[in-house]
Amino acid sequence: MAGHSNYVPQSAAAKWLESRLPVISLVRGSFVDFPTPKNLNYWWTFGGILAIMLMAQIITGIVLVMHYTPSTGAAFDSVEHIMRDVNFGWMLRYLHTNGASMFFIAVYIHIFRGLYYGSYKAPREISWILGVIIFLIMMGTAFMGYVLPWGQMSFWGATVITNLFSAIPLVGEAIRTWLWGGFAVDNPTLNRFFSLHYLLPFMILGVVILHVWAFHTTGNNNPTGVQPKSKKDTLPFHPYYTIKDLFAIVVFLIFFSWFAFYVPNYMGHPDNYIEANPLVTPAHIVPEWYFLPFYAILRAVPDKLGGVLAMFGAIAILFVLPWLDTSKVRSGSYRPLFKQFFWIFAANAVALGYLGAMPAEGVYVILSQICTVYYFAHFLLILPLLGFMEKPLPLPASISEAVLKGGSGSPAGAVAAPDTK
Amino acid sequence: MRAFRHRLNRFREDATLAHSDTAEPTRRDFLYIATGAMGAVGAGALAWPFIDQMNPDASALALASIEVDVSAVEEGQSITVKWRGKPVFIRYRTETEINEATSVPIGDLPDQLARNSNLPDGAEATDANRAAEGMEQWLVQVGICTHLGCVPLGSSGDFGGWFCPCHGSHYDTAGRIRKGPAPENLLIPPFEFVSDTTIKIG
Repeated sequence: MAGHSNYVPQSAAAKWLESRLPVISLVRGSFVDFPTPKNLNYWWTFGGILAIMLMAQIITGIVLVMHYTPSTGAAFDSVEHIMRDVNFGWMLRYLHTNGASMFFIAVYIHIFRGLYYGSYKAPREISWILGVIIFLIMMGTAFMGYVLPWGQMSFWGATVITNLFSAIPLVGEAIRTWLWGGFAVDNPTLNRFFSLHYLLPFMILGVVILHVWAFHTTGNNNPTGVQPKSKKDTLPFHPYYTIKDLFAIVVFLIFFSWFAFYVPNYMGHPDNYIEANPLVTPAHIVPEWYFLPFYAILRAVPDKLGGVLAMFGAIAILFVLPWLDTSKVRSGSYRPLFKQFFWIFAANAVALGYLGAMPAEGVYVILSQICTVYYFAHFLLILPLLGFMEKPLPLPASISEAVLKGGSGSPAGAVAAPDTK
Repeated sequence: MRAFRHRLNRFREDATLAHSDTAEPTRRDFLYIATGAMGAVGAGALAWPFIDQMNPDASALALASIEVDVSAVEEGQSITVKWRGKPVFIRYRTETEINEATSVPIGDLPDQLARNSNLPDGAEATDANRAAEGMEQWLVQVGICTHLGCVPLGSSGDFGGWFCPCHGSHYDTAGRIRKGPAPENLLIPPFEFVSDTTIKIG
């Protein structure tokens, strides 16, 4: 990262610091002089948006903790206290709850961008795997955060998710009791979830640093999937991408603000404004929208252990994706068949999300099963076979050529050999 | 000086041997492995308190039993009481419900074990083994779906017993799983009738 810096310390103070801790050249090499492909489109701005969302969640979270009480007797009331009494408490809480949804909107777009442009392929496998780890920690953080207000959905969501672990043969029951700290979700569970909800965002921050380090070592992918060949193919990160990212961040924050200020409860559930009651399960338990596709997969399998394995498998399969996709061409722009299957996969994922929100009966169960099978078939059958069956379009010789000839067509004199990527 | 150099060479030889696969294990190898093993045991012993602190504490473990007066419950009615943080369903079953439950062949049940804490583990899931001993109109069970822990709704589902709204498990009038993802029948907690109208649970 620092290796990309053109920085030469001028002042005596800068020279003194650089010879002891080269932090200025590290920052310059990573976020100022860093050579970035010059053709990145707006789908690439979601990395920056995610960084801003992580900071927003950490800052709003830290101040909410100053007013929240993690105890089954007081948690629900302390959240209402935040909403009614604390100065700007309503705003801070709505920014934090809607911020979680915005974080997931941005991360899903970021993941699908990686899927479309083949950002997971060599040499960026480690960036991709670190990204999947971030996604997993995000899910854990969001789940535990949702438990903290101690409403009906908090309590029953926590009950259902912790019960997933009881499906593990032999040790499942012991693990569930260990997670609960008792024989049901109760005060010890709330306290430990609060502790971990505060810890995990900082672990995300750590993995984000590794994630950025990894793709700054390999260089960014780009819409053509062709590696930069010369200095003409790249631009310094600042000011070109700092400004592009900033513009996208502002647009995203407008979208975020609309939710937080005009429809703050649109993505929540009314049942969570009822205090947790261990004796009554709400008629229709649904997780937050960002878990729905995985929830649909869980319910599609008519067997407890099988359902749990399928649900975790749906995420675990992403770890091996770089080795399941056999095509040598990275970008979906040059893969006519892959492009179609990509959009079918995206539609299938949305359909799973819809089915996860529907009751687990009748036609919804059968549709969930079909969509679940397709989800796994995409990774285990379609991607491995497409690499052999598909004839990719000719690739541009360089990023510059693709840009100057007008995008992702097939410019004259293009090199079609697949090993040039 | 020569003596020193000689000793230094011996030391180097020793160090080389310690890292070579072909040589005999040396005293150094043994010390190295013993130190590492001791360190691993120490790290494990230190980790255990940090893991075990999450297990149920003394107050959660204190075994509680409750006594419930069921004199006000009439035929066809149910009450729910809280025992060890969990709901317990106590139902005074109707004649029809009992007949329905007794008429089901054991072979039709997904879970053929009684899951009754008052009987030996292998007991069959007959209606008699599910209901209170000698008082078959009473059914006492932990009201937690054996799938993922929701509280099922009473007098509903395809079998007239309980229905779990979370993931669609249907239980019959004896609390036995009949359809859906739940793997086991509803659990019967340890209980006894201390008088004709009082049940002691736990």
